Amino acid sequence: MRPHTRWMAVASGWGVLLFAAGVTRAVAQESHIGSVTGHAPAGRPLYERYCAGCHGDDGDARGENAQWIDPRPRDFTMAVFKCRSTPTGTLPTDEDLFNAMTRGFVTTNMPPWVALTPQGRADMVAYIKTFSPKWKTGKPGTPITIPPEPAPSIESIRHGRELFQKMECWKCHGPTGHGDGPSAATLTDNKDLPIHPYDFSSGSRFMCGVTNRDLYKIFMTGLDGTPMPSFADDIKPAEAWDLVHFLRTLQPLDTPEAAIWKAWLASHARELKPIGPEGGGGGR
Amino acid sequence: MVRGFLRGAGSVQGSWLVSGVVTCTCLVVAMAVSGGRSRAYTAYSLAVHKTEAIPAFARKYGLRCSACHTVWPELNAFGQRFKDNGYQLGNDRDSPMWQSPAYWPIAMRTTPQWHLESTTHQITDAAPAGKTLRQTGFDLSGVDFLLLGTLHKNITFGLVPTLDADGTTGLEAAFVRFDNLGQSPWANLKVGKFELDNLLSEKRFTWLSNNGGFLYAYHFLPSGSANNFGFGDNQIGAEFSGHSFNSYTRYSVALLTTDDGEPGLPGGKSMDAMFTLSQAFALGGGLGPQRVGVFGYLGHRPTTFETVSGTAIPGTGTDNKSFYRIGATAQLWLGNLELLPLVSHAQDDAALGPGPDKPTWNNALLEAHYVATPRFMVQGRYELTRMSTQGDPATPKSLGDADAIALGFRYYPFMISRDGMALHGEFAMTRTTGMAPLSGDGSGVDPADPATKVWSRSLLLAFDFAF
Repeated sequence: MRPHTRWMAVASGWGVLLFAAGVTRAVAQESHIGSVTGHAPAGRPLYERYCAGCHGDDGDARGENAQWIDPRPRDFTMAVFKCRSTPTGTLPTDEDLFNAMTRGFVTTNMPPWVALTPQGRADMVAYIKTFSPKWKTGKPGTPITIPPEPAPSIESIRHGRELFQKMECWKCHGPTGHGDGPSAATLTDNKDLPIHPYDFSSGSRFMCGVTNRDLYKIFMTGLDGTPMPSFADDIKPAEAWDLVHFLRTLQPLDTPEAAIWKAWLASHARELKPIGPEGGGGGR
Repeated sequence: MVRGFLRGAGSVQGSWLVSGVVTCTCLVVAMAVSGGRSRAYTAYSLAVHKTEAIPAFARKYGLRCSACHTVWPELNAFGQRFKDNGYQLGNDRDSPMWQSPAYWPIAMRTTPQWHLESTTHQITDAAPAGKTLRQTGFDLSGVDFLLLGTLHKNITFGLVPTLDADGTTGLEAAFVRFDNLGQSPWANLKVGKFELDNLLSEKRFTWLSNNGGFLYAYHFLPSGSANNFGFGDNQIGAEFSGHSFNSYTRYSVALLTTDDGEPGLPGGKSMDAMFTLSQAFALGGGLGPQRVGVFGYLGHRPTTFETVSGTAIPGTGTDNKSFYRIGATAQLWLGNLELLPLVSHAQDDAALGPGPDKPTWNNALLEAHYVATPRFMVQGRYELTRMSTQGDPATPKSLGDADAIALGFRYYPFMISRDGMALHGEFAMTRTTGMAPLSGDGSGVDPADPATKVWSRSLLLAFDFAF
């Protein structure tokens, strides 16, 4: 082989390798939300502008504000996310991350970034995915199927109350949903940091959205990285809806469920058994 | 026109320019040597500030300045939504009840500076025909005490006392705002003294020099006018405003007393009215959405007062005469380049002076920012004002015409969520025909010849900080 031919072969080989590496990296550094494609390079300056103060320049939750924030910001290097449409233990979809960024997290320092353009948010999602190798080696889980919601009824709410007792939700969230159950003070997240259970009585929204479907998803996917497990293997979809309807009665909001519950309580309050260690839940 | 404008700049003697550049360089070096933090600002304060950036919010919410500001104090889309929500993130933790009792919603801002002013054709006792006056040296801005936050969820307050360089105090803003009435972002009510809902905000813009630190579009009045209105002045009244969930659609209507923000009801008994409407579009890949907006102001000023011993009694003004301002503006993004055009049309009643006709004028400006990073930006602005009808037909049509150009940069040595500092450099130049510049530089006296073109220039290097 002539010297220049050998040189060209070597150069071509390197070219192919570099091209392949570039393509792989480019794929890993994109996000796809509907018709919008996010690009990590474009997301980087936006991340530094909006996110790095808490989540850190390296996505490791070591921004200069992290020490003052409760709960602590998400550590993107672990690729563990609370709000997903995918089963527990799996990566979220790009849309899950996009929605979380858009919505923010109620009762935390994470604001809704809805004022940023969809392209900007998609770019930041793509950049966030560069912090963990899991995004290169794994794929997001398949979003769970959410059956249509049945109309709320007193039977559904009462059954949900029974489940709240039976599944021991009260141990963390408290008998009245104030987040003051007997286990509340002992809870820690996946970084061994103290974490508080959700207080239904003070929040106007849920951690992962505002709709009943959002609450349903929390039961069935769990909040990964927190003590809130997935109940997908423990309760049936219809039961999850019952639980949703009951939890709606704990919020300080004028919901249809709360109206049904108040009307029923007006004449049946004495039938209720208390929720807790000795409780029966449903009042039957 | 621009060429002539720049040619005028070249006529300035080079000595002050050279000394200015040398001084700027020394300050930059001093700052770099000190590790990016000026040690020179501790004992200074003074002359009232014009713009706002509020580190108290950054401390409350743990967000960097860059979260709310393109470069502070200019708001970005997120900051605009935060402001529209009554300085609330909407995380159910906005009420002060959720803050540490030690939290105190106050920030202070001031700007130690070196600046040079030069104005031509200034009448003095020794030179009644006019001469060029130059003023230069180290100086101080005022101090703004920025107290803004929430009294309760969906009840916002603002209080901005100011301290001028000569010890004069003032009250730049004082208001209470009821947010999200009926749980709707479309209904918010603000009462007190506040900045008008100007899309191109003069309170949050990035210009500080005598000639660059204001817009002719917001303050120009014809020669001999008895009007005192300025769009850029905070006004006293009530504003009803609303916005979509992401603040892409915004509107406001306001009823305001006819005093140009002066407390104590010195003016008449009529009311001014203001409206704004803007819409943003998520187009392109720039730093923010593209926004276009329109605004209008219908005002009145009294021409007759009750008097005692010939002195007007405040608040008794009648025989009101009207004026109006209308315009359109935009905020456009091309990547990191931000363009802020504005056009406006203005007219005063003839009774507001100076002659039998209604003075009418137009204004146009284009401001551009290149935001290289959240810590560095360069900027430029060109603005022109043209009289279309003089109140006094005997005066030359060009009397009052103005051109203004400004160039500058802002560099932020650090970007954290507790405070902020910027190294600010700016050169601004205006050319006014037959009138002293609005900056008031020089003797502030109009030239004797109404056709005389007065050049006024500012060079400024400053350490602009807020804590």
